[in-house]
Amino acid sequence: MTVVLETTGLMKSFGGVQVIDDLSMQLNDGEALGIVGPNGAGKTTLFNLITGVYRPDAGRVMFGGRDITGLPRQDRCVAGIGRTFQIPKPFSDMSVFENVLVCAAYGRKMTERASYQRCVETLELTRLTHKANQRAGSLPLLDRKRLELARALAVDPKVLLLDEIAGGLTEGEVEVLIGTIKDLHAEGYSIVWIEHIVHALLAVVQRIVAISFGRNLIEGDPNDVMCSDEVQACYMGGTPI
Amino acid sequence: MSTVPDIAKDASTVPAFRVARSTRVHRFVLVVSVAIVVALASVPWWAEVSVARTMVTFFTLLALAQMWNLLAGYAGLVSIGQQAYIGLGAYGLWLIGDVLGLHPFIAVFAAGLLALAVALPVAPLIFRLRGGYFSIGTWVIAEIVRLVVSNIQATGGGSGKTVLSAARLPIDTRITGTYLLALFVAVGSILLVYFLLRSRTGLALTAIRDNDIAAQSSGVNVFRSKLFVWAVAAFVCGVIGAVVALNLLRIQPAAAFSINWTAYALFIVVIGGFGTIEGPLIGAVIYFALLQSLSQYGTLYMLLLGIVAVIMATVAPKGIWGFVEKRWNVRLFPVSRRLLIEAPPPDEEPEPAEETDVSVATSV
Repeated sequence: MTVVLETTGLMKSFGGVQVIDDLSMQLNDGEALGIVGPNGAGKTTLFNLITGVYRPDAGRVMFGGRDITGLPRQDRCVAGIGRTFQIPKPFSDMSVFENVLVCAAYGRKMTERASYQRCVETLELTRLTHKANQRAGSLPLLDRKRLELARALAVDPKVLLLDEIAGGLTEGEVEVLIGTIKDLHAEGYSIVWIEHIVHALLAVVQRIVAISFGRNLIEGDPNDVMCSDEVQACYMGGTPI
Repeated sequence: MSTVPDIAKDASTVPAFRVARSTRVHRFVLVVSVAIVVALASVPWWAEVSVARTMVTFFTLLALAQMWNLLAGYAGLVSIGQQAYIGLGAYGLWLIGDVLGLHPFIAVFAAGLLALAVALPVAPLIFRLRGGYFSIGTWVIAEIVRLVVSNIQATGGGSGKTVLSAARLPIDTRITGTYLLALFVAVGSILLVYFLLRSRTGLALTAIRDNDIAAQSSGVNVFRSKLFVWAVAAFVCGVIGAVVALNLLRIQPAAAFSINWTAYALFIVVIGGFGTIEGPLIGAVIYFALLQSLSQYGTLYMLLLGIVAVIMATVAPKGIWGFVEKRWNVRLFPVSRRLLIEAPPPDEEPEPAEETDVSVATSV
């Protein structure tokens, strides 16, 4: 099995706080990987390091066998990393269609017209077609989450980074979203999914990496990881390992 | 070029669609706009000279506001140093017209290149600064340019220069030519912004306006987009400065490099509406009406302008056009794209639109 995305020995501190402390993870081609950890464990920072929002103090990010640690953010997107934001960041005063169009045109380095087809397909897949001409800023939460997913997909990524995409949704909405992500996984996308809603994660991912205080805690089979003493102690308190 | 992605290999899942740009309203706006521009172009042949000269001021302010809005409203470059390029354009007219001997009407555009030549090396320096620091930085650059120019003997030092090449033109030619050039610059700057926003680049700029972090994560090269806008704005501001100098015939460093230029533009854009083409247009008309009716009150006039700005910022933070657009959902310039599904599922109804730019059949 080939590794598509790999971080080795990542370090990142903000001021005196070591947010990421020697963090390593691997994502295999076609794999769905879950990431869990308490608030402040550094999950979103990990995504920010992978996508180039921040540069790590030390360590490397490898994507498709290539060192992308120093690559500008937009080039990582073009290389094939699609990302959804935990707090949706729509282009508020553009329409849903135009939001997706920006990603399809720039994320794939294509002309506007050559990107229309991709946009419609993405909108269909994320069930947003009937809202294509609405202002993105006027969408309710579920649709904003869908739009985040649509924009990440529009860039034609090899790897999808999903940051708490199920957070804040109702139980029914979460079920629908699980279905969509399962479909994407079946299509062959490699997925890294940060999520607090454990049952959603367990329904999709094949492996879980648990992190705490920016460090690798434990990883392996999803159920084993969630039941492990380390994760239990980390979430519920008790004797730290 | 493979446009068939892997998420929908089954083409039957994608409905037939087309993307429309303009509607009937926009066609009407186009006709009215052409009529207004033609009417304005005839002014020098029937109106008094003072009217033509006043209109030149209006046109230059309108163009300046469009450029400032492009910078601040779209690219997020809140420059308070555009007077650097206005002043350089003014001196450029003198340099190219008087010293190099080019016809002043042509020198106006060459003066824009001079402003551009200064703006480009400044960009990598100034783009390292963010937010308020960027704004202050642009102002510092403008002050440096002003100080340098006012301390060079050849450019007339602090007392400035008279544009002799323009002053020697026959008065009718000069007044008419200046007027038409100013009109051209105003209409040209609106069209420039319009076509820019309609293009693929405009897609990126609008995305940057709304959220530059997400834009960059979507593959948009934010630095390059900003640099492009910076260069365009510097060139046009240079041309504007040259037109102003052509109108006044006299260039003084204190006036040419005055921060008031940017203050006017800022005021116009803030009351008209940030991040729209319509905003600076409406703002310029309102500002000019205020200027004409309140200027007799002296210092009180500045106070009144300030009050208007404060009221607008509290009541309608997105300006007059922002309010209108939200309330009635209208746009005079068709810069957006509408996706129309040809065979819609029963629960949706596409709105009527004309001038379809693209039709795509999905039966591949």
